[in-house]
Amino acid sequence: MDVAAILSILEGTIRLSTPLLLACLAGLFSERAGVFDIGLEGKMLIAAFFSAAVAALAGSAWVGLAAGVAAALVLAVIHGLASITFRGNQLIAGVAINFLAAGLTVLVAENWFRLGGRTPSLSGEARFQGLTLPLTETLAGVPLLGPFWGTVISGHALLAYLAFLAVPATWWILYRTRFGLRLRAVGENPAAVDTAGISVVALRYAAVMICGLLCGLAGVYLATALSAGFVKDMSGGRGFIALAALIFAKWRPWSAMGATLLFGFLQSVATRFPRLDLGIVVVPAQFIDALPYLLTVVILAGFVGKAIPPRAGGTAYVKEHG
Amino acid sequence: MQPLPKWADATLVPLLSILIAFAISGVVILAIGKDPVEATKVMVTGALGSTYGWGYTLYYATSFTFTGLAVAVAFHAGLFNIGGEGQATLGGLGVALVLLHMAWPHWSLALLAAMAGAMAFGAAWALLPAWLQARRGSHIVITTIMFNFIAAALLNYILVNVLRPTGQMDPATARFAADLALPKLHEMLGWLGIPFARRTPANLGLVVALAAAVLVWGLLWHTRLGFQLRAFGKSEPAARYAGISPVRVTLYAMLISGALAGLMAVNTVMGEQQRLVMNAAGGAGFIGIAVALMGRSHPLGVVLAALLFGFLYQGGAEMAIWMQIPRELIVVIQALVILFTGALDNMVRMPVAWAFRLLRGGR
Repeated sequence: MDVAAILSILEGTIRLSTPLLLACLAGLFSERAGVFDIGLEGKMLIAAFFSAAVAALAGSAWVGLAAGVAAALVLAVIHGLASITFRGNQLIAGVAINFLAAGLTVLVAENWFRLGGRTPSLSGEARFQGLTLPLTETLAGVPLLGPFWGTVISGHALLAYLAFLAVPATWWILYRTRFGLRLRAVGENPAAVDTAGISVVALRYAAVMICGLLCGLAGVYLATALSAGFVKDMSGGRGFIALAALIFAKWRPWSAMGATLLFGFLQSVATRFPRLDLGIVVVPAQFIDALPYLLTVVILAGFVGKAIPPRAGGTAYVKEHG
Repeated sequence: MQPLPKWADATLVPLLSILIAFAISGVVILAIGKDPVEATKVMVTGALGSTYGWGYTLYYATSFTFTGLAVAVAFHAGLFNIGGEGQATLGGLGVALVLLHMAWPHWSLALLAAMAGAMAFGAAWALLPAWLQARRGSHIVITTIMFNFIAAALLNYILVNVLRPTGQMDPATARFAADLALPKLHEMLGWLGIPFARRTPANLGLVVALAAAVLVWGLLWHTRLGFQLRAFGKSEPAARYAGISPVRVTLYAMLISGALAGLMAVNTVMGEQQRLVMNAAGGAGFIGIAVALMGRSHPLGVVLAALLFGFLYQGGAEMAIWMQIPRELIVVIQALVILFTGALDNMVRMPVAWAFRLLRGGR
């Protein structure tokens, strides 16, 4: 394997980690506030479709972004209604949202474009293009660092940089702001938050909406930056890999970045080498596909430290009667 | 506040939920520029208007009964098994291995063996998530989701690299011996002198599914294990206090659930496809969730809900052919049914309870 191959795998890692990272942070906000969300996949998918569809019609990636995020937010409101307002089962609500997105995207795509459940290919302004970071030219001559900066770090879409900036931002919000403290508290002990005179419902809705926003960005990135348009079921289980990464990271922002980079790396390797020959054994592609899920099961089995979810996760808060 | 009468809770609330789900589906059909009344007509004629339509409707309903019962048994123990899809996939593998690698003198013996294989493999795929939940406290929803993906990758690997006959292009096993085919519904009805369309996939699996529903009913309400399961599902601390072992109940509930999901392969892999293909479960594992929710986890309700989804599936296929409405409409209806009967249950129940209170108060 030469340097160019390694650089291309690392570049692919960043590209493929981005949607995972955005979705993982989305789940982090929601679950830290005590609302389980297995509907990350669905919100991502619906955002992918509406961003690609509207970008194709309007000819602008930015209008597409607004539409995609709006669609994800609508599903987030449904999740909030079901799991916060009407105290329904959060997991079942997530399942419903995934199917709703899977069905609606194809239905609307067929109705709008008649292309067998896809959108037209995006090009030019309708797509988020890669940005060339400063210093690329300056560093081009420097051995190793030059190609590394030019290939791996530079050249991604704006949303990719936004995703990685969202990691310190999430950390700061969670651990350095009043809102973050309350958000974490409402996921551990909502009764205490309520006693302090803070609305549990409002906090949880805020978390669910932030989750919708980030899932929306993940979907927009998928359809308008990573690919050039929407195809049926294009999220392809990424919402669940993000969920796996969230457990892997034990619900912490920096670890979430580590976990999604690892899973993005695995996807990047699997894309480049369908059959990975390690000399002694040939690793089948299916094994690499399944690796994120296998690793999560191993983590859950407690062999690599225990993953303890937020204590009030999955249960609706019922106010005591005075 | 007085609770709802039992009959209203069991029938009125789910019926209202389905009505809302269907009403919204009608709006969706309108929104894509089609006529919902026309669509309903096409669905009813296509799925129920001929014995041919019924053959497909019953075939789908058979699969959904198995996966619905699987989800329902786990629900009774307070467990949400999203892994039906993976367990059914593994069940298919069990059926294929039994039928490919042993010589069977008669289909009836092969059926018993295939059932055993399907149940063993399905249950085995549910065992590890169950054990992790019972012993390690890891959430069964997460582990069963992960196991669905692992099952898909495993089946993919096995079909491509192990069970595919040499020289065959598509990733699938060889065909099973022709004399091991299960009797089709038209043959069975023919023995009774009832005419039925010949070219439908409905088969003896239907009888197995109905028997499974009766057995699940007996298990849940007439055995010690069933009582323990339901007690554990209602209140874990109370069950613990009564000396019921949480580990034992969790393991048994998930093993039975996995076995039921696996049994679906008898209907599809042995009864229809006659070989194991990629994506053999085809989403039926997930429809089981909708079926169990709508059927209120009661075996009778599950059978009726499975029939409804069988109708939707076959009707949806007809609608796709005759009205150019994509089949994905069925996925939307499925999502709405799950949403309203499962997650927004309280939204439907609150006004009903309010109406009942008003009626009582008026006297």
